[in-house]
Amino acid sequence: MSTAVMENTRVAEQPRMQQARIPFRTVVGVEVRKAFDTRSGFWLLVTIALAGLLATGAVLAFASDADLTYDNFAGAIGVPMTILLPVVAILAVTGEWSQRAGLTTFTLVPHRGRVIRAKLTVTVMIGLASMALALAVGALGNIVGTALMGVDTVWDLSFTSILYIVGADLIGMVVGFTLGILTRNSAGAIVAYFSYWFLLPTLSMVLAANQSWFEKAQPWVDFNYDQGKLYDGGFSGQDWAQLALTGTVWLLIPLAFGLWRVMRAEVK
Amino acid sequence: MIIVDSLTKKYGSFTAVDHVTFRAEPGRVTGFLGPNGAGKSTTMRIMVGLTPASSGGVTVLGRRYADLPNPGREIGVLLDASAQHAGRTGREILTLAQRTMRVPVARVDEMLDTVSLTEDESGRRVKDYSLGMRQRLGIATALIGDPEVLVLDEPANGLDPAGIRWMRDLLRGFANKGGTVLLSSHLLHEIEVIADDLVVIGNGRIVANGTKSQLLEAAGTFVSAPDLGTLSTALTAAGHTAESSYGGLRTDADTGQVGRVALAAGVPLTELRPADGAGLEEMFLELTKDNAREDVAA
Repeated sequence: MSTAVMENTRVAEQPRMQQARIPFRTVVGVEVRKAFDTRSGFWLLVTIALAGLLATGAVLAFASDADLTYDNFAGAIGVPMTILLPVVAILAVTGEWSQRAGLTTFTLVPHRGRVIRAKLTVTVMIGLASMALALAVGALGNIVGTALMGVDTVWDLSFTSILYIVGADLIGMVVGFTLGILTRNSAGAIVAYFSYWFLLPTLSMVLAANQSWFEKAQPWVDFNYDQGKLYDGGFSGQDWAQLALTGTVWLLIPLAFGLWRVMRAEVK
Repeated sequence: MIIVDSLTKKYGSFTAVDHVTFRAEPGRVTGFLGPNGAGKSTTMRIMVGLTPASSGGVTVLGRRYADLPNPGREIGVLLDASAQHAGRTGREILTLAQRTMRVPVARVDEMLDTVSLTEDESGRRVKDYSLGMRQRLGIATALIGDPEVLVLDEPANGLDPAGIRWMRDLLRGFANKGGTVLLSSHLLHEIEVIADDLVVIGNGRIVANGTKSQLLEAAGTFVSAPDLGTLSTALTAAGHTAESSYGGLRTDADTGQVGRVALAAGVPLTELRPADGAGLEEMFLELTKDNAREDVAA
């Protein structure tokens, strides 16, 4: 029988074919699309691109000749991405509840674990793709910028330091994802995320400046501080141990708890 | 075919769904009727795995919903037309469903056509849709996988009279081709015109369940006379029931028996007919009244 005949055959006019299970790559493909097909997703991307462009322009306009280096160009594009991309991860999760789209999503794919895994996969994919883009555009800016200004092109980012930065950014994406899973509410998760990003470091910095015991304890309790250290690279064994400890307590355990709840929660 | 078997859902000490058992058969439209808050939506959410049951279970086409490899191809579901991301266009929402179910891209336009959403409307964001347009989009999403079973929660809400007529024809056609349709409503008249079978639920329990004609027959006979008191006494004396109803009496006797009793008692009749939906309607009003009282108290 030809496929055309199959497609034109409707309800119960003949025995139905056994359906194949929806492949994971299909779920991932749909989730990629959902990350960008809403107005908020679209403008978030536009904002990230514009901020990167402005930042590159600012480096060209205001940096001294000695600062026209790859590190600064890639960083100028990377920083807005680092801050804003986790919001993409947040909205990907919370939209299912805040916008109630989950009623359809979890009906079409009746295994929430698969949908959530697909969302995490998409989060990591977006993180990696955007960083590759930042590095590529930064390289272009570096070549064009230094040529325009008539200075030597400086490649001052080693492969190792790039790996540290990628790691730090991916952790940022997973922080956004976790806050989305925990709150299941767009506004709440975004407020929590920006508090984590801007408020928490200031508070812990003030505390560390005034209380010497906290200054010593900080690397062992402050996850945000340890994540920030990644951008400077050059981790010792103790640095890794501190990151592993604070990451487990502040990221992995809350994530596990959030996932456990999501699997059981009613979707209304 | 949907089989609901002794389904129970408890929230703490409150039982929202209490040992609900019924079937929705292929080739028939099954109406799931009950006042707001009776447990219809909870039952339907449990059916598709969005809410876990406390006990009991549901099978669709012989399998648990979660075991269906590609549920959208076998059972079309519309639980709440407003539960969509407001920032997506209607076409985008259909495209997401089409991709998830892995059906041909052409189904998107076919479905937009089926539910009469124009090219222009499909390009608008859902937040600018009227409730009627959302219902049409929801029905399109339910139908896009060409399923054998449809589960629709209050699909007529927000549709204009022409839209209700269109949906009735659509569901009738779907059932006539061998499909199973389960649709809920809190309006008796809305469901009476389309359903073959009725399942009536109140306070989480099934209170009536059967074919429409069975339930209507069970309603008995309506009779009216200037002297209702004498007629009532005569009917009761003959071993029948007699309840006051809409300026007359409702009785379990058939029209012939009522005629003989009236003749013997010498009571002239002004009206004598099968009661049709009156019994069902009274039962339903009774349920609704209980519920309305709770609403006021709360």
